Amino acid sequence: MDAPVTVRVQREDFDLAAEVSALNRGRTDIGAVVTFSGLCRDEAGALNALELEHYPGMAEAEISRICHEAVQRFGLQGATAIHRFGRIEPGENIVLVVTASPHRQAAFDGANFIMDFLKASAPFWKKEHRADGSAGEWVSAKDADDAARDRWNR
Amino acid sequence: MNTVNLVYFSWVRERIGKGEETLELPAGIVTIGDLLAHLKTLGAEYEAALEHQNVIRAAINQEHVDHGEPIAGAREIALFPPMTGG
Repeated sequence: MDAPVTVRVQREDFDLAAEVSALNRGRTDIGAVVTFSGLCRDEAGALNALELEHYPGMAEAEISRICHEAVQRFGLQGATAIHRFGRIEPGENIVLVVTASPHRQAAFDGANFIMDFLKASAPFWKKEHRADGSAGEWVSAKDADDAARDRWNR
Repeated sequence: MNTVNLVYFSWVRERIGKGEETLELPAGIVTIGDLLAHLKTLGAEYEAALEHQNVIRAAINQEHVDHGEPIAGAREIALFPPMTGG
């Protein structure tokens, strides 16, 4: 059977356990499930919230392309990626990646690959809302994120 | 004349002052790079948004492209800064 790929871009929160169950349900061939959650941090109290802007349509399409490539490359049995947009406060979820494979290494590598490409290529932009009320800045892209993507050498 | 639908995101959108627009392009604009150079002639807000032209990312019909990509036949061209999701 084709490995199921689920991609959602949504304002509301997600339930990590529910997403793992959805990927796993009714299957006895999966030996490893890896989950990655990205959360909003408060930067030692300096940050009130992040505002996440996205490119509707392309955001879903780009994450879907990345997940399908990961399924092919690592032989995953399934992959789920959920990315939130809108206002997100410290402690809240931003992104979830779930990967499944017969053995652990492919699931770990697949989740890592999806996150590296998502950060560098999925059309999302974070703006900061500062706790001191000063004008929020757009978060700058990091060279380290491009380097993390490029190490996969596709 | 060639009509293009443009969409802008993040600080490109803020500096230009709108999220989308439809423009008539003069002849001779072949690539994304040509388009960026043309937009910079349209006013101070475009100049500010596209000042560092090499950092601007582009997508045609919702797929990433380089600045050398031809824009002929594009339904939608998006311009935006490097992405910071995840």
